[in-house]
Formats: sequence, C-alpha cells, structure tokens
Amino acid sequence: MEGSRKADSLLLTIRDLSIEGRSANGWTRLVDGIDLDLHRGQVLGLIGESGAGKSTLGLTSMGYTRDGCRIASGSVRFDGIDLVACGERVRQDLRGKRIAYVAQSAAASFNPAYRLIRQHCEVPVVKKVMTPDQAQADAIDLYTKMRLPVPNEIGFRYPHQVSGGQLQRAMTAMAMACRPDLIIFDEPTTALDVTTQVEVLAAIRNIVEQFGTAAIYISHDLAVVAQMADRIMVLKNGHMVEQAETRTMLAAPRENYTKSLWAVRSLAREAQAPAEPSATPVISLTGVDAAYGSARVLHDVSFDIHRGRTVAVVGESGSGKSTVARVISGLLKPSRGEIRFEGHTLKADYLARGRDDLRHVQMIYQMPDTALNPRQTIRDIIGRPIEFYLGLKGRAKEERICALLDQIELDPKIYIDRRPTELSGGQKQRIGIARALAAEPKFIICDEVTSALDQLVAAGILKLLERIQKDFELALMFITHDLATVKAIADDVVVMQHGRIVEKGLVEPIFSNPTDAYTKRLLQSVPEMDPEWLDRLFAGRREGDR
Amino acid sequence: MAKIWILLGERLALGLVTLVVVSALIFVGVELLPGDLAQQILGQSATPETVAAFRRELGLDQPALYRYMNWLGGVVHGEFGNSLANGRPISDLLGVRLKNTLFLAGFAAVISVPTALILGILAALYRNSIFDRLCNVIALTWVSLPEFFVAYVLVLFLAVRISLFPAISSIDAEMSLAEMLYRSFLPALTLMLVVIAHMMRMTRAAIINVLASPYVEMARLKGLSRMRVVLFHALPNALAPIINVVALNLAYLVVGVVVVEVVFVYPGLGQLLVDAVSNRDVMVVQSVGLIFAAAYILLNLLADILSIVTNPRLMNQR
Repeated sequence: MEGSRKADSLLLTIRDLSIEGRSANGWTRLVDGIDLDLHRGQVLGLIGESGAGKSTLGLTSMGYTRDGCRIASGSVRFDGIDLVACGERVRQDLRGKRIAYVAQSAAASFNPAYRLIRQHCEVPVVKKVMTPDQAQADAIDLYTKMRLPVPNEIGFRYPHQVSGGQLQRAMTAMAMACRPDLIIFDEPTTALDVTTQVEVLAAIRNIVEQFGTAAIYISHDLAVVAQMADRIMVLKNGHMVEQAETRTMLAAPRENYTKSLWAVRSLAREAQAPAEPSATPVISLTGVDAAYGSARVLHDVSFDIHRGRTVAVVGESGSGKSTVARVISGLLKPSRGEIRFEGHTLKADYLARGRDDLRHVQMIYQMPDTALNPRQTIRDIIGRPIEFYLGLKGRAKEERICALLDQIELDPKIYIDRRPTELSGGQKQRIGIARALAAEPKFIICDEVTSALDQLVAAGILKLLERIQKDFELALMFITHDLATVKAIADDVVVMQHGRIVEKGLVEPIFSNPTDAYTKRLLQSVPEMDPEWLDRLFAGRREGDR
Repeated sequence: MAKIWILLGERLALGLVTLVVVSALIFVGVELLPGDLAQQILGQSATPETVAAFRRELGLDQPALYRYMNWLGGVVHGEFGNSLANGRPISDLLGVRLKNTLFLAGFAAVISVPTALILGILAALYRNSIFDRLCNVIALTWVSLPEFFVAYVLVLFLAVRISLFPAISSIDAEMSLAEMLYRSFLPALTLMLVVIAHMMRMTRAAIINVLASPYVEMARLKGLSRMRVVLFHALPNALAPIINVVALNLAYLVVGVVVVEVVFVYPGLGQLLVDAVSNRDVMVVQSVGLIFAAAYILLNLLADILSIVTNPRLMNQR
C-alpha cells in the first residue's frame, strides 16, 4: 500500500472543520476543528467511541451533512473541488461516481424493494458511466472479485435472500461500480460475526488494493482498523486526539485516552480453580432440547453453573445461545431435558414456577433502551421487584433502592427520580443490573449486556458485574459473541454452534489450546492488534488447505 | 405464486363469511325499525284486520328466521326478490342504480386518486415548505367540514351565484357521456374534496416514514436526485399503507355517497336506500345494504392482495 502512493497526489484535504447539530438548546458541536489529509490510494482509519464524530466526519468528506446538521466553519476540498462552496449539483454528481459510501448495516441500507444488481447498476447507468449491459457484466465481475458465491446469480436476489456478510460484500462491490477515487467505509463489519468479519475484511482490503482506491475506514475496533489502515486518527467528542502511522500508533500511543482504549483490550480475569465437582450447582442443564415450532434450535445441551462462578456462553448469531437463556428463564419450554436449580427441578413454564424460583433467576438484557420502561422513574423500576419479591414497602423499600443505587455507583440523590431517557447508555445498563439485584437472586443471566455499549463504558460494566458477583457470590451466565469479553469476565466457557455445545470447560485451557475445529476457527477470527494478523491468518489457512 | 392463490382463496372465503354475518345484522337492524310496509301504505285509519290481511299477502306474517333464510336463499341464487312497495323485481331496480353509483364513484376516483398521490408525493418531497403547509391546511379544512355542508357551499357558488353546473344531477341511460359528466360534476367534486385530503395526508406520512430509513440515506449518498430518491427508493416501500388508504376511500366513494346523492337528488343506490327506508321497503333496504357490504369487503380484499404483490419480501421467500 505504501508503494502505490504518490507524494504529490493529495486527494482530500480538510481544514479546521467544525460541524454542528441542532439540539434542544441551540447548536452543539459534533466535530470541532479537524484537519485531515488523504492521498490517493491511502487508507485512513478513524477510531473513536460513539458520539466521537466519526460518521459525521466521514459523511462530510462526501459533502453530505445529515438533516439537522450544518458545517459551521472550515473547508473540505476533494481533488481541487471545494465541497462546502460548490453547489449541491456538483456534490451530487461526485457522490456515487467519485466518492462512494459503504454503510454499517448492509441489510438496512439495501433497498428491500429491488434486486441487488439493479441497485448496483443504478449509479453507473443513471450517471451515464456505463450502459445497462456493461454495468451488469461489470457487477458480476466485481461480485467475483469480492469472492461472493455464485457471482452470476447472487445479484438477482433480493436483499432479504442474502446473508449479512454477503450483503456487506455486495455493498462494497456496489461502491466500486464507478471505480471511485475515495470510499467511506462506515463500520462495515461491526454487525457481523467474527468469522464472517474476517472474510469481509479480507475481501474489502483485497479490492481496495487492487483498484488503488483511497479510503476512510471508520470503526470502534482498533484491531480491525489496524488491518485496514495506513494511518490512524483517534477522535473523541469531535476533537482529534492524535494521528500517526498505524505501526507507530499501535506500538506507542502518546495520549492517555488512546492508551485507555488500548488497555481495555487486555482486561483479564484471574484464573480460578475448577469448581468442586461434589458441590450442588446453582443451575444445571441436562440434555436440553428445544424448538421453535418444527425448527429445532437446541440439541442435547448440558452444563452446570456453580456458586460464585461466571460461565460464558459463546457462539455466532443463530447458535442458540439466547435460546438457552429463554429455556432457563422459562420463556420457552424445552422439548426434552431438565433444568435444575440448587438440585430441584424447575418447572418448564415460568407461569408455573413459584415466586422463590422466579426470584432467584434474574436477567439483564442487551438493549438497556428497550428493557427499561421509559415512563417509569428509577424509583419505580427498582422498587417494583423489591416490593414484589421481598414485600418491602415505604421507608424500607426506599432505603433498599438507595443501597442498590450506591452499589451500582449512581448517586441516589441525583438519580432516583430520573427517567431512563435522562440517562446515558452505560447508566441505563447499570439500572438494569440494579433491577436484577433487587430481587436478591442467586443466579443472573446476562444476555450480551455490553455489546450495545462503547468499549470504555463496557469495561466499567464488566468491572461492576465482577465486583457484585464477589460481594454476593452470584452465579452468572454471560451470553456473548465477543471473545475478548469472555477473557475479561468468565471462569468457564461453553462454545455453541448450530444449537449444540462443541466445547466446554475452563476459559484458559480452551483459549490457549482449543480441541474443537470450530472453537479454533472462532478464536483465530478474533482480530489482533498486529497489522500483519490478517495476512498471517490467510497465509496459514492456505497452508492448511494444501 | 401458489401461495398467492391460496391466500386469495382464504380471503375470499373469509369475505363470504363476513358477508353472511353482515346480512344477518342488516336483517335484524331492519326488523327493529318501528312499523312496517303494510301500516305505511294503509295509513293510520286502517282496521287491524285489513293490515293483517295485507301482511299475509306480502308474506310479513311469517316468522323472522323463515323470512331471513328465504331472502338469503334467493340472494345466493342471484334473486333479490320483489320490491314490497311496487312489486317490481329488485334486481332491475338495483342494476340501474348501482351503475349510476359506480359511475359517480368512478368519476370521483379517476380524478381524486392521482391528484391525492401526486400532492402527497410533492408534499413529502418538499416537506415543511410553503407548498407542504398550504396542502395540509387546505386538506385539513376540507376534511373537517361535513360533506353536506361542502355540497351546499358548492351549490351556492357554482350553481346559484354563477350558473356553471346544475344543482340537481338527474341522469339517465340515454344521455351522452359528456352530458352525464357535466350533470354529475358537483356531487363528484364534493366527493373528491372529501377523499383527496385523507389520501394525500396518508401518502405524505407513509413516504416521510420511509424517508428516515437507512436505504434512503444510502440512495442519497449514491448521488441520486431528490426526485429519484423519493420516486424510486421511498415510494415502492410506502405502497402498502397507501394502497390500503386508497382502497378505504374507494369503498367510501361507493358506500358513503348516501348524503351526497340525496343533496343532489342523484339517482344512485344511496338515494334508493333513503327512499326505501322511509317506505319501510325492507327487501330493498336489505339488498342495498348487502351490496354496500360486498363493495367494502371486495375493495379491502383487493388492497390486501396488492400490498402482498408489491412486497418482494412476501413474494420471494428465502
């Protein structure tokens, strides 16, 4: 990549750019005083947490500002054209033809009403770059280059008939349709499973190198950006924190904020001895099968969770991990098998369970936004399980709510009368934890509780969960697709694929020496901070194929 | 494709069941009307004996359930029976009136549906512009006025003050199409004003709803023009709600014309219904009610089918 770059080939220059967004009290700064240079054929990585202004900055490079946003000051020049001053007609002409965009969720960004290839050919045909026949032939060629299966036919499917990873590749192919000079990749692999992500990353990098396209690659995942970018820029709250060549940035970050982002990745739980085999597990599943209608989703699932221990259930989407949670909580009746709580069998249907059994099995959900009733105050949300399960009222209840808020590190005086909309994502998730704790359970299911949160916030939640677990000797079941989270919090791990357990045991031995082929592939697919990782992985796979 | 036929069959069967239920409701409703035809014709001074004899002649002395089954059996065979008031076959009466009502509804629909869609699309395209606001204000004003009021205002200005159109829309089969259109212009205009507002606002809302989706932003980032984004990317995905509101309004054009027809003395089903109710001609009331119900059910069925056919997710399974 370095070699293909010409010294005098400045493609995009952004100077002192500030963008403002309309909010309840006037205009607030989303991007503040950013300078940026991008040469032809170069890939710039933009890193930061949500609200850092990555997407806003990326879109502005196309001369596009979302409704309710405006460019307050500064300049954006693309190949000599001033994108701020030139008319909308000029910008419209550049978009799609010379600057293209790849969105985060291809599933949502393809129009459900048209076949993929029709959407692909739209821009080259409308902008008179190609005839419809040429465009179609070229689309199939690009599908081949993006290593899509059956490239001759896949374009004639509707978006809902194609998987997420394939859609993301088709979208990259679509961005390439007019051979643009610059592509903005806006978190293109964030919504994908790790094993799919690897394939998509490799395909994207391959085609960008092949056509010498310059790119801005936006992501919150440092390891992913390390594979894609020549240079990395770190953003925080609309400001640039620092910028450097990828290797320099990875080896020696200068700013504290960057260092803290790096440090999150190395969180690890102290290894514990295996659980006492003679002890009665808090939760124990034996030979559980379950189905949605006629589709079987769980096959012979058995594992134990002991007091004071965290078991991580990992797997890709569709592997059945959330179904396990539904079965344990009694939302879905298993078709076979048994679930025991401290030795006695739990009724299959939660409606048939006694109040004590209900109390001891609590859940924390993935989306704190939808899991909390927006019309209730924090007092109501946490007070309800206290009253329902423990029968506390009045003063006793109030004291208990305050104690719980202290526990989750939110000041009761400030927060008790607020509603969920007045809290940040991390704070909402803390309320979710307090609500689960309010029932004084022995077992909590955490369903992807950190996947909707930023890395630093997520790290805070994980630390909180770990502390609470120690204080109350809770048994935790931690459902996640993120293997870094497993390392950070779990003692034991259960790896699932297609509704079956493929491997289970202590985290450390499985992670350092997996025996199952799928576990191996899963672990290999987790991006590493080393910029050479993707190359090595594929070199290794080709070796393995031989 | 086979799924569509199965679905069509299911909906049709369900529609028939609904129709039977509606027929029962209509029959019961008509039964509850005070007085009957015999009393109406013979007047207050008639002796109970004459009334009873007349009833026997008309078959009104039979038990209600028997009369209902009898009527339903006839309808199934396409025979609506004879009018109680003048003994003519109801099917003859209905035929002409139904044609007139459909003519008026069709006239109103042909103009109002495209107008409403175009206005709705333009309002969505230039959202919050002066044009959009003007459309909304005018639409809301018309829709909040009762239709007889709109009708009389139109008569006042377009028939009385300036004699552009006739205030009484009597038409018959001998007239030329142009003559019929001219005579039924005022009732058609009244209907249009009432339905355009509803359809336009729903079209606008459906499109604006879709404009917020990521694939519309994607289309804009592909450098497509505003017009193309709305027509090619937003509209196809907003079709289902639009089709439904159009069908609902078409049904209204057939069923809801009663007041308008009476105001303009238009010889349609609505006028027939009102006359029949005041005469206690129950057979006619029942038949007209049933036709109205059938129109409603058919149009809604059509809307359901169209919504499915225009949605590739339902037409092309994985």
